[in-house]
Amino acid sequence: MAMTPEQRTTLEDVTRFIYREARLQDEHEYDAWESLWTDDGIYWVPANGDDIDPEQQMSIIYDNRSRISLRIRQYHTGKRFSQTPQSRLRRLVSNVEILSDNGAELRVAANAMVFESQTRGDQIWASRNEYTLRREGDGFRMAFKKVMLVNNHTALYSMAFLI
Amino acid sequence: MEHCATIPIMPVASAPAPAWDHLVRANHVHGSLYTDPAIYQEELHKIWFRTWVYVGHESEIPNPNDFAMKSIGPEPVIMTRDKSGEIHLLHNRCPHRGNRVCMTEQGNARSFTCPYHGWTFANDGDLKGYPFPSGYEGVDRRELGLGRVARVGNYRGFIFGSMAAEGSTLEEHLGAAMRSIDALCATSPEGQVEITAGFLKHKVKANWKFLVENETDGYHPSFVHASIFEVAQSGIGTLYSAESTAVSRDFGNGHTENDLRPEFRKRDVPMSWFGTTADKLPDYVTKMNAAYGEEKARTIMIDGTPHIMIFPNLFIAEIQIFVIQPLSVNETVQHVTALQFKGAPDLNRRLRQQTMGSVGPAGFLLADDAEMYERTQMGVQMRNPEWLYLGRGKHRERRDEDGFLIGDNTDEVPSRGIWRHYKSMMEAA
Repeated sequence: MAMTPEQRTTLEDVTRFIYREARLQDEHEYDAWESLWTDDGIYWVPANGDDIDPEQQMSIIYDNRSRISLRIRQYHTGKRFSQTPQSRLRRLVSNVEILSDNGAELRVAANAMVFESQTRGDQIWASRNEYTLRREGDGFRMAFKKVMLVNNHTALYSMAFLI
Repeated sequence: MEHCATIPIMPVASAPAPAWDHLVRANHVHGSLYTDPAIYQEELHKIWFRTWVYVGHESEIPNPNDFAMKSIGPEPVIMTRDKSGEIHLLHNRCPHRGNRVCMTEQGNARSFTCPYHGWTFANDGDLKGYPFPSGYEGVDRRELGLGRVARVGNYRGFIFGSMAAEGSTLEEHLGAAMRSIDALCATSPEGQVEITAGFLKHKVKANWKFLVENETDGYHPSFVHASIFEVAQSGIGTLYSAESTAVSRDFGNGHTENDLRPEFRKRDVPMSWFGTTADKLPDYVTKMNAAYGEEKARTIMIDGTPHIMIFPNLFIAEIQIFVIQPLSVNETVQHVTALQFKGAPDLNRRLRQQTMGSVGPAGFLLADDAEMYERTQMGVQMRNPEWLYLGRGKHRERRDEDGFLIGDNTDEVPSRGIWRHYKSMMEAA
């Protein structure tokens, strides 16, 4: 089914937002990245599958808004040794889809592949990402981001950068 | 036909045995202990496939026929509960062609069928049958069951396995560490620990002994974890300061701890060990008072849970457990999950939240520990000096009232104790 011009515009806006988020993460623009979040944002990287209950089971990251802020403040101390020196990162984000749009909020999904170069060596991380984006003014803010790593059922090396 | 277990193992081509006296000294250990693949192989045989190794907790397989995939060192082991409730540790290897008989992390199954040729095993390891049985005329099925870990021990729900048919009992091995497990269990109003929140699996490119030593290294937190202490309201920092009244302790048999109770007793605030106060956990406190009486409950809630490294692979870290699994000489996985205490849902929820924040690949604490492990692994491959220095606090080592060696909390009493035990195990025939 063909997209309406409005849908096309929305997809373009959403894609630009996600590209920007990716760039801010790659370049460790911590504060700019944090400003993308709503006040009730949830940042979630599940472990051992994609559909676990994060209130009952361990996740790699399950940050509420204050914990996202703590994560950023920890980077700023300059003593977050797993990111001192920082990983060099570049990620590709693709397959952007709008899953639903109720006017106020959109559910969006994308695939991502991150190349990380760190003291330990080079590594590739791949994931399916789901977002809830809230319309605010002319743009969006993230109310929810879930990163479903393809290999989240296996033992993983540290990933202390923003995924 | 010969029983698999009785077929003699080919002797390993004997290189000259390392001179352990030379490598492990009173105040120094040699860097090659962390990097030499031959030493790692010898550790597998003399430590991991011999002593009592923590495998899992009985609450992970609560019902008849439950199973969970676990490990002893690099080897996968299936922890099963048979229909009568007995717990077994089975090698995940078909006695026919060596294929894996179980590819599922956990579940409920009365039997395991090898997908290669259809051999089926009961969850106690017995061979139940194979397809086209006329091809096995005269074969005794009882000799073709799954390999079983020679000894299975259970202390307060903590399941240990030893691949050696003989040796010290689990109780002898644990020694005083049993009291720590008792104290841990007493944190539950029902006296029981539960492991139900699933494990984060965090891999590091480092030798397993760096992890074991770090768990009770009270010297590093002020530096490695300075970033989180600076930004989070954490009372942990003072426990590991030079002024701390907490002590480091060597229990013998490689078990070591940081005993934080002196600091918590000084604070004299129930639940301070968990960075909170009793009024934040009213249901828990009520249940503890009812279960133990107010006086004893108060003592338990002040003393908190132990910080003990049970050699070689179980680290009880106040609010979580780590299970250390070596994969190779320079690769180790730490399996970590929140401790859960039976009958304490409000405490358990906070334990899960704090654990998720602290540990695992992105944890506020553990990502930085892991970074230290990996950089240290790189470091010990270099020479000059070839040695690591373990002398901190040697001059102030002392005995406690039970005769255990203790030191200040930042002293290297634990490391020296771990290496003493290590040397004794490696020197054994």
